[in-house]
Amino acid sequence: MPSSDYDPASLPDLLPLYYRRLFPFSQYYRWLSYGGVQKNYFQNREFSFTLKDDIYVRYQSFSTQNELEKEMQKMNPYKIDVGAVYSHRVIFHTLQSFAADICSKCWTLMTIAIRILDRALQDDFGFQHRLWVYSGRRGVHCWVCDEAARKLSVAARSAVTEYLSLVKGGDETIKKVVLTEPIHPFISNSLKVVKEYFSRYALHDQDLMGSKESVEKVLALVPEDILFLQEFKKEKKPEKRWELIEAEALRKQSTAKKGQYFENEIMLQYCYPRLDANVSKGVNHLLKSPFSVHPKTGRISVPINVSELDKFDPFSVPTISLICEELDRPRPGEEKEKVEDAKEKADEKDAIEKRKSRDYKRTSLAKYIKYFDQFLDGMARSWKGERLRNSDLQKEF
Amino acid sequence: MQFGGRRKKISTNPQSELYGQHLQFYGQPPLENISLSEFETFAVERLKLLKTVENLGVSHVKVSDQYKGKLESQLKTLNFPYRPDADDKKSQSGPTEYEKRRKDHISHFILRLAYCQTEDLRRWFIQQEVDLFRFRFNDLDPKQQLPFLHKNNLHYDTISSEEKIELKDQLINSSFGFSGIKVMEHEFYKVPFQDALDLVRLRKVYLKQGYAYIPHQDIVTIVLNDFRTRLSKALALTARSLPAVHSDERLQPLLNHLSHAYVGQDYSIQKNVGKISLDQIDSLSGKSFPLCMRQLHQSLRENHHLRHGGRMQYGLFLKGIGLSLEQALQFWKMEFTRGKVDADKFDKAYAYSIRHMFGKEGKRTDYTPYSCMKVILSNPPSQGDHHGCPFRHSDPELLKQKLQVYKVSPSGINQILELVKGMHYQLACQKYFELTHNIEDSSFSLNHPNQYFLESQKLLGGGKDIKREMDAPQRSQENSASKGSAATQEVAANTSQHLAEMTEDLESFFQEA
Repeated sequence: MPSSDYDPASLPDLLPLYYRRLFPFSQYYRWLSYGGVQKNYFQNREFSFTLKDDIYVRYQSFSTQNELEKEMQKMNPYKIDVGAVYSHRVIFHTLQSFAADICSKCWTLMTIAIRILDRALQDDFGFQHRLWVYSGRRGVHCWVCDEAARKLSVAARSAVTEYLSLVKGGDETIKKVVLTEPIHPFISNSLKVVKEYFSRYALHDQDLMGSKESVEKVLALVPEDILFLQEFKKEKKPEKRWELIEAEALRKQSTAKKGQYFENEIMLQYCYPRLDANVSKGVNHLLKSPFSVHPKTGRISVPINVSELDKFDPFSVPTISLICEELDRPRPGEEKEKVEDAKEKADEKDAIEKRKSRDYKRTSLAKYIKYFDQFLDGMARSWKGERLRNSDLQKEF
Repeated sequence: MQFGGRRKKISTNPQSELYGQHLQFYGQPPLENISLSEFETFAVERLKLLKTVENLGVSHVKVSDQYKGKLESQLKTLNFPYRPDADDKKSQSGPTEYEKRRKDHISHFILRLAYCQTEDLRRWFIQQEVDLFRFRFNDLDPKQQLPFLHKNNLHYDTISSEEKIELKDQLINSSFGFSGIKVMEHEFYKVPFQDALDLVRLRKVYLKQGYAYIPHQDIVTIVLNDFRTRLSKALALTARSLPAVHSDERLQPLLNHLSHAYVGQDYSIQKNVGKISLDQIDSLSGKSFPLCMRQLHQSLRENHHLRHGGRMQYGLFLKGIGLSLEQALQFWKMEFTRGKVDADKFDKAYAYSIRHMFGKEGKRTDYTPYSCMKVILSNPPSQGDHHGCPFRHSDPELLKQKLQVYKVSPSGINQILELVKGMHYQLACQKYFELTHNIEDSSFSLNHPNQYFLESQKLLGGGKDIKREMDAPQRSQENSASKGSAATQEVAANTSQHLAEMTEDLESFFQEA
């Protein structure tokens, strides 16, 4: 069995296959066209391609899905970025994107980030159509596809980003999270999520209370008048150490005039996502396209099914080499398919679509495309409602 | 086929809809024809109103009873709407409520024409209109406020008690200083989050499904911001149609006059030229000069010299109070030659720039006497300079000493220093005016050194000429509400009669330039 390990050197061979047979162009086109409610939307969208040897091509735009498809198949881009909708005079707003970055080792933080932000975007801001995309290495993006999000002004985007930001300060700042009363519901809700994962992430995975160095960093965040150091040093078990901190916090709350929230502040400082403010606020930015390939890891930027978030494993996201290999595997009943193909030649386009769908369904890409389809159906239902409303308004005399 | 629930409105006059309440957002311009004299009256009276708003805003807390009382009385006097519950069902003397609201509507739009031209004018106009709007909006019964907002496309709705109970904890935790009781007692509004960005940004408000839940006290801020934004955009648009407006010869002089009036004119046009003799200057500097000019004059006398910044500030001031070019040349030469400068050098080096100030040389760049704003904000003095605003630029200790030398009482000095600490430099100067003239309440709001001089002269009985110079553009300043009824009523009554006269005055006023 040929190995499906990924080797960047094989990209020039794999990419053509990927773009010809696996890349879900019709879903992609649908996503970018918002189900056809806005005219000319797709035509005004900007793409950029990064080709072999880091050649960067910008300001690409296409009139039809077919054009895009042909161009991509010709160029075989290593990376695809999608940007704001533009016309020659005005840049229109488009999908809103939030990017969260984490340290390279830990996916749990990404899970926390997605749960906190997804809840807020939905419950607090009312955004219904949120597409989370794995970047292929260590980040996630969220594309907010609601009409309302498209119309957000720069000031509004900036306000949303600030609302969602809790960790402030660079390397020089020791204490990056400070909580004061009243504790806003957004913070309480976020804390709930953090607390679910904290023990597993911080105490086990990161051994926060284990190594001397990290313990010192944590103690630097504790108020100076805490007098439990003796006991703390005696205690060796990490969980017990954290319990000591929590107990101190509890005690301090009952004696202090203002609530002391330092144990919450510590948890947030370690676990709360750091937003990439520039990407979130800017409108003219180009962002990694879903189903793009990450050149270093070979992984496909797949959409994440948030309802199954805890099961998501970034290391099992398919690589381009895997899916190309899966594609080439002979299957039982292939002969029959070839005959059917010949019959369908009359309806060429349909045949191509059907073949493509059979193709990717054979690969590990299938479930991600299926999820993408569901997402698009949800969007389509909203747009349909929008269309009906629009046409009703036009009918009024 | 059923069409949506839209009912046709059978009102003949869309404007009567607008006048349904005593305040409005001024979204629709007036569409009728009016006479030129009505045009002028309306404009001038609204300007008086806005000047009052400005004066009161500076000297009172905006929600105090005193402020409200005085503003209301001015509204009444000038026949602007002032009572939210007024209507025309009861017969009354004087203009009807409808007429008052119509005047409010039209006058606002006229002033837009005058005040859209520069950033300063716009800022001033917007500020006063926002303050006026705030006053009127707060006067509305809470039950009337919501319908008013809805009519103006601000679809804010209050939440029901049931919803408040459901969301009580969240509401308590998202608004500072709200207990459970307070939540139940106060109104909360549900507003699309895009309309409350400042609160969202700082996380000072509860968000649910894209709506912000805002307590009543914050909704006023939001409404005012909306009013301000709308007006700002409208003024930008208005500015574009100005060329067409200015080409109308009937309107141009009036509009110019109106926009100058907010500043109380820039004193670039000289009146009373030659009415002041050079030997009066020393005594005038003690009696009628603002502190900055008194200081400059003193330094000039002591050092027989002033640096460029001081020469400009003081020289233009002197021009503004009525010195002729010949007098000015004589004045400066006399003083400088007492010092290190000989006659020849003066003629070569300094005379030119004095002539320049009077517009007799080269390119006539800005030769208008400096306003307070300019003195305070630009060209701060350095070592060896004596120009600038002493309230702004002098060390408080030195300022105190200087005031002591000028025999200002200790309590007066303290009051002045307090104002300086709060960065209210012009108010400090006004206080200095009051203390040195022995009056309780200066009836003007100071924004120009030459204005200080004229007001002082007026107070000290400086002749009919000065009074007439003050009349035309400064009527608006005389009639601040704090002055009392006599002057106000008189002018109000005379307005319509004397408008023709005033217009004539205006035209000659400008032709003299």
